[in-house]
Amino acid sequence: MHPAFSVIFLTTLIGAGQGLFLALFTGQIFSQFNLMPEQHNSNFYVIGSLIALVLMTLGLFSSFFHLGHPERAWRSAAKWRTSWLSREVIALPATMAGIFAYGLAHYMGWTSPIFTMPGGTAVDATLLTGLLATILTYTLFVCTGMIYGCIKFLQEWHSPLTVINFILLGTASGFTLVTTLSAYMKTDLTSFYASWAIFFTVLALIFRLASLRRNKRIKPISDLRSAIGVNHKNIRQMAQGSMGGSFNTREYFHGKKASFVKSMKVIFLIFAFIIPLVLLGASLGTPSAYIIPLIAIVIQFMGLIAERWYFFADANHPQNMYYQQIS
Amino acid sequence: MTQLALVIDLNVCVGCHACVTSCKEWNTSGEAGPMVDKNAYGENPTGTFFNRVQSFEIGTYPQTETVHFPKSCLHCEEPPCVPVCPTGASYKREEDGIVLVDYDKCIGCKYCSWACPYGARELDEQQRVMKKCTLCVDRIYDENLPEDERKPACVMSCPTSARMFGDIHNENSDVSIAIREDAGYQLMPEWGTKPSNHYLPRRKIKIKIHKDELERVDNPLSKEERKRHNAPGKGPSLDDMTTW
Ligand code: SF4
Ligand code: SF4
Repeated sequence: MHPAFSVIFLTTLIGAGQGLFLALFTGQIFSQFNLMPEQHNSNFYVIGSLIALVLMTLGLFSSFFHLGHPERAWRSAAKWRTSWLSREVIALPATMAGIFAYGLAHYMGWTSPIFTMPGGTAVDATLLTGLLATILTYTLFVCTGMIYGCIKFLQEWHSPLTVINFILLGTASGFTLVTTLSAYMKTDLTSFYASWAIFFTVLALIFRLASLRRNKRIKPISDLRSAIGVNHKNIRQMAQGSMGGSFNTREYFHGKKASFVKSMKVIFLIFAFIIPLVLLGASLGTPSAYIIPLIAIVIQFMGLIAERWYFFADANHPQNMYYQQIS
Repeated sequence: MTQLALVIDLNVCVGCHACVTSCKEWNTSGEAGPMVDKNAYGENPTGTFFNRVQSFEIGTYPQTETVHFPKSCLHCEEPPCVPVCPTGASYKREEDGIVLVDYDKCIGCKYCSWACPYGARELDEQQRVMKKCTLCVDRIYDENLPEDERKPACVMSCPTSARMFGDIHNENSDVSIAIREDAGYQLMPEWGTKPSNHYLPRRKIKIKIHKDELERVDNPLSKEERKRHNAPGKGPSLDDMTTW
């Protein structure tokens, strides 16, 4: 497929925003349930939520460049019963609203317990909104992943690994980002976040490698024989019905050499995983130096853009069989 | 239930592109138009077409043959392009099974074109909405046209009559009979899209002739026979030659 930058930025930016929120809430849960020193700096959550919202807004903004008629975008919420894209269109603002409510609850200091759980844990508005936003965040991840995962003849995408990778890559970048924020704001959570960021980056790497391995072994289900219905092993296209290319030659091809695609793979493996892991490891030891995780997130994000580019370029659409030869 | 469709006979198609041009002509000036043409006279002409004729070479030289292969939206019975559309702009008509795009609702997200395995949809670069074959829906029901012209423009124009149009759910229609009797097949059936358009395969007309059919064994007029018969006293009687 042709990697469109609007979609690349949409998916990576909202992924990082969602991951950032999940990281914030994980931190809150750990301290609320007394698994960690209490975190009293509510500014941290407010600013964190704000950054998450900014990232997601930017993602949303970039998605409009993908549309032929952005002014009609509101119509796309109509078919949520059948279309994952429509579901994403609903889930994205809903998640943003959830995260906004979460940030607001922290900002307003709505921390007086609404009720107390049997174990003695006080449940307040921040916890409830956080829980709601978490559910929405995962819903959004699933919707985004399923847009690609549900098309069965795009065999490279038609796998649970697609959704898993969207979740893990977004979460990893979100935790790296929150590590930076935490180091910058000098909270006590930096090492905690850095270790979680390492955990998710490693997990994401494992699953991304699994999908690379899977996609390498894919045997195309369709070939030219079924595409034109002639049972012969040796079929060669002579003409595709256009001289200067068409929508079909632009939308479904990455248009780059195989060597370029391959180098993108190496680049994203190094940038999205290896370098951030080294830097995050370094910031474990020096939790106050925010510049280290800052470099880590910048590099990781560049890596994720390359990853998403590769994700699209890697998918081979069966219609390409009809467009092999311009003449 | 009606399911209108085309049946295209690859045994007859000569790859002349008449259907391509008449489709473009009809549709660019009709309800589905305009269909953009960019650099029409330049180096890399490109534009929107609902129908394209492609050519494939089968086999290895010198045992090759060329197949001309017209391709347009197949109006699938289970169209994967329809449920993915977030706006409902893409829809399949209940009454005749034609898959259409509502240009006023389409946001140009291209998702449907990803979900069509045949590459039948093209985004119009000028109107920025998704376009595809409409089976000339603005023609086939037009009561101002003489009845035998209420057919898609491509069917009308094909000089070799390689294209047939009709209801494939009606067992007695021309298209159903052609599919049944001339081995009509669907493209990429493995994806369960159930394309309505069918193709008829290349078929070679062959007759089997045995050697004894080429040379008559008991030919009374052959040289050998005549020699034998012309021997004195052994000449043929009239009964050997004819019957009456
Ligand atoms: S051929 Fe493609 S565009 Fe036409 S109905 Fe089938 S899936 Fe949809
Ligand atoms: S491009 Fe138009 S018709 Fe296709 S899925 Fe998007 S809104 Fe629907």
